[in-house]
Amino acid sequence: MNCTDLLSHLSDYFDDQLTTELREEISEHTAGCQHCRVVLNTTHQTIEVYKGNELYEVSPGLRERLHSAIMAKCLAKK
Amino acid sequence: MPAIQSPATEEVHPDVALVARAKEGDTAAFEQLVRQYERQIFRVAQHITQNREDAEDITQDAFLKAYEKLDQFQGNSKFSTWLVRIAVNESLMRLRKRKTSKTVSMDEDVQTDEGSIPRDFAEWRPNPEQQYNQAELADILRKTIQGLPPGFRTVFTLRDVENLSTEETAEALGLSVPAVKSRLLRARLQLRERLSRYFRQKQEGQPA
Repeated sequence: MNCTDLLSHLSDYFDDQLTTELREEISEHTAGCQHCRVVLNTTHQTIEVYKGNELYEVSPGLRERLHSAIMAKCLAKK
Repeated sequence: MPAIQSPATEEVHPDVALVARAKEGDTAAFEQLVRQYERQIFRVAQHITQNREDAEDITQDAFLKAYEKLDQFQGNSKFSTWLVRIAVNESLMRLRKRKTSKTVSMDEDVQTDEGSIPRDFAEWRPNPEQQYNQAELADILRKTIQGLPPGFRTVFTLRDVENLSTEETAEALGLSVPAVKSRLLRARLQLRERLSRYFRQKQEGQPA
């Protein structure tokens, strides 16, 4: 496996869609390639940091306002 | 004993019963569906449009559309995926209206590989959470995702922020599974590259 191959498998790697053989090939490659090791680690961190931080929080006030507006619109159509 | 699988052994999503009741005019059932998904729909709309007022309007319009078209929902997909699809279409329409001269679609800006080829090879140390406080971090993450083309931003939001499966994302966006995978890879790599500016390990002697 070379660096380009690794890149093409990267998403499937994180989504756990790879065969055991391909996962092993990736481990072998990253053991000897620092650039790919960093790309793998930091892409993983990218996904995790977005998963772990709510960027657009819906405050209780906003939620109540939204909810009332949605229901008012729908019930008016009845 | 005949080898016929009883329907009771199949796992039925709890929304199925709520949707059936809502179709029969039970507004309390519909209201429960609204409660379940209003926050998610708002987040998706805000991620795509990057505008709070637009996201509020879209959330209302998406539920109104779902309510009006409930009879057309066949149950081939999850109710939530169907709802997200309506919200994505409303959001993209809103973006199109905003930039009148430029078309906005899921295909825009995705022909280029620019930014998807890794150039920054520094580890992120210490962790982003250790480098920035929560408010600063959220600000960096918002700014960074805003810079992605809408087609990439949308795929990343559904897959990695809202945790839809690849198949559900494809369905919600009207794209093939390979198209979703290719966009997701490039979105992840572009975000990684842009975030590296903030999170990369500082070299000694270099100002932070």
